[in-house]
Amino acid sequence: MRKPDGSSAFFTTKLEKLLDKARANSLWPYPFGTACCGIEFMSVMMGHYDLSRFGAEVVRFSPRQSDLLIVAGTITDKIAPVLVRIYEQMPEPKYVISMGACACTGGFYRAYHVVQGIDEFIPVDVYVPGCPPTPEALFAGVLKLQEMIERGETHYQRKVAGMKKAMGA
Amino acid sequence: MATREVRRAAVRQAFPDEGLVRELPGGDQQTFVVDRGVLWDLAKHLKEHPDLACDLLLDICGVDWWGKREPRFDVVYHLYSLRHGHRIRLKVPVGEQDLVVPSVYHLWKAADWFEREAFDMFGVRFSGHPNLRRILTHDAFQGHPLRKDYDPGQRWLLREEEQYVPSWAKVAQEDEDHFETQVLNLGPAHPATHGTLRTVVRLDGEVITEAETEIGYLHRCFEKMSERHTWNQVIPYTDRLNYCSPMINGVGYALTVENLLGIQAPPRAQAIRVILSELSRIMDHIVDIGANLTDLGAMTPFLYLYQAREEIYSLLEACAGGRLTVSYVRIGGLANDVPHDFAEAVRYLLKRIPPLIDDMEKLITENRIFRERTEGVGKLTAEEAINWGWTGPCLRACGVPYDVRKAHPYIGYDQYDFKVPIAHTGDTYARYLVRVEEMRQSLRIVEQALANLPDGPIIVADHNVALPPKERVYTEMESLIYHFKLIMEGMKVPPGEYYGYVEGANGELGFYAISDGSGKPYRLKVRPPCFAIFQAFPHMLKGHLVADSVAILGSLNIIAGELDR
Repeated sequence: MRKPDGSSAFFTTKLEKLLDKARANSLWPYPFGTACCGIEFMSVMMGHYDLSRFGAEVVRFSPRQSDLLIVAGTITDKIAPVLVRIYEQMPEPKYVISMGACACTGGFYRAYHVVQGIDEFIPVDVYVPGCPPTPEALFAGVLKLQEMIERGETHYQRKVAGMKKAMGA
Repeated sequence: MATREVRRAAVRQAFPDEGLVRELPGGDQQTFVVDRGVLWDLAKHLKEHPDLACDLLLDICGVDWWGKREPRFDVVYHLYSLRHGHRIRLKVPVGEQDLVVPSVYHLWKAADWFEREAFDMFGVRFSGHPNLRRILTHDAFQGHPLRKDYDPGQRWLLREEEQYVPSWAKVAQEDEDHFETQVLNLGPAHPATHGTLRTVVRLDGEVITEAETEIGYLHRCFEKMSERHTWNQVIPYTDRLNYCSPMINGVGYALTVENLLGIQAPPRAQAIRVILSELSRIMDHIVDIGANLTDLGAMTPFLYLYQAREEIYSLLEACAGGRLTVSYVRIGGLANDVPHDFAEAVRYLLKRIPPLIDDMEKLITENRIFRERTEGVGKLTAEEAINWGWTGPCLRACGVPYDVRKAHPYIGYDQYDFKVPIAHTGDTYARYLVRVEEMRQSLRIVEQALANLPDGPIIVADHNVALPPKERVYTEMESLIYHFKLIMEGMKVPPGEYYGYVEGANGELGFYAISDGSGKPYRLKVRPPCFAIFQAFPHMLKGHLVADSVAILGSLNIIAGELDR
């Protein structure tokens, strides 16, 4: 801010990095579980697999209290407005994992009532394939998201970076 | 037990005119073609005549004969008599121009949602239905998707402001003296609604005075999709109906098609189907009881029980390769044989699961908080439950001992010694008790089936139905041709219809299949048990506290995948 002093700018970057590191390792997921993947998400949270080992154990059922939206299951045209509303209710920064073939692409439901991939409506950071994905696959997705947050590659971070750039220019 | 002749006479005596009520010869169950003008009278006769006594309305569905027959549509009713154990099917032909059929809602309340579904899917209007509007698709939807001339890929987008709001919910009931009423949406994204169920309630303080349920948030077009796939390709779709116990769905579907084909799976395949079905039933009950308890604030039992579920997952994964969606059943048998350590793994489960259930019971069954939250909550009498079309553990908790495995044994359930647990109070606590005991009975069945597990093939040898072994496909011309024909065209199922039914984890799961002789199902209707159960839910809520609605919902075991298909 205090241009052209380089050291304070340097400090700001460090804080951002620190925050990203903290955010990456304390994700609060909101499970938007609609179908079979929601059942598999339960396995992910239960003692046997236990997502809390990776710093994402605080499952919140209120979008206001969470920063990671895990869309687990088929999204139909009927529930799509609800999904969008919930995404909009989440405070920033926010990230989205699309769990399973249906959420990613509609899966094998190429049909009159099924959204062919949730990225029609909301931006997605990580796609986890599988029908349903094994708990290990979802772990891989969460770890991938953590890497992306630390590197500043998520949709939200790129949006903010773009806005900053536009304001600075 | 009344025979077909007795029933025919009982119908003929009241409806002597062949032009109005005609019996079809043969078939898997007694079928009458009915003129819609006498449908109401015949339905009433079927329900009330002592030799007919069809007290349970199982299913109502439409069938579209577009371009094949005039009149274009059939409305098909499946009835069951709990007293005599017989089934009767009614078919009401209606033309496209005047697509109206009298509603039977006032005879069987079970008709409520089934008629709405037929209206939504085919556009059949039921005169006299109290609330005939779309149920599975949304309000911005145009057309009727299960008609043969509807393009399966044609979507309609729903905007947020177009979402359904009940008319009573739009009117405020507050005034200066009474300002404690409010309208509340429980769901579709609510922590205690298990997926995608939405109930709109009006609260007076904390008491529910009005409730309406909206479903269809997970309608993924199972029936339309199955018409576009070969008979074997439908199996993965069936796994995703009741995804808490996928094996049972596969077995039910395969049995239906096997009956259409007139074949039977080999004994070994049947025994393995029994073992895995019963383990799936345990898995399903675990999720139901565990989720119900979690909603009531008791998280610990779920963590205990879930260990059992993970162990069963491991077994299913070893057999089929998939944890949750197994796709293990094939028409005529199973996809492959079980692994060599199968018996050992099942014996381990038989030892491992009972102590977990005991632990859970010690924590819950006599727990004062749990009993006070559940006893007398969500009570239904046996008559009401039958009227709503309930089956399965929820019906048995009302004191009706109807279990398909006992009443109409399939895949050798008559060989096993097990009991059908019932309770009499019909409340949430009774449903819990029935489920716990069913888990123990399932373990007994598994134990007996494992002790008598026969050797032999796991799929029929008929290569018009089952794929030939891979090594023969690579070396023999004939096997290669069979393989090619089966994969490219699908098996040829002879024309006909069949209603197959099994005891699913939450009631009678029926598959009504119609074949026109081609490689794909002409029509496949699922009779989802929780569809009938859930339609009673808003009516059960009135007068209860809003916190009780969570306890009731959890105890009904509503699986959205099966409810909405």
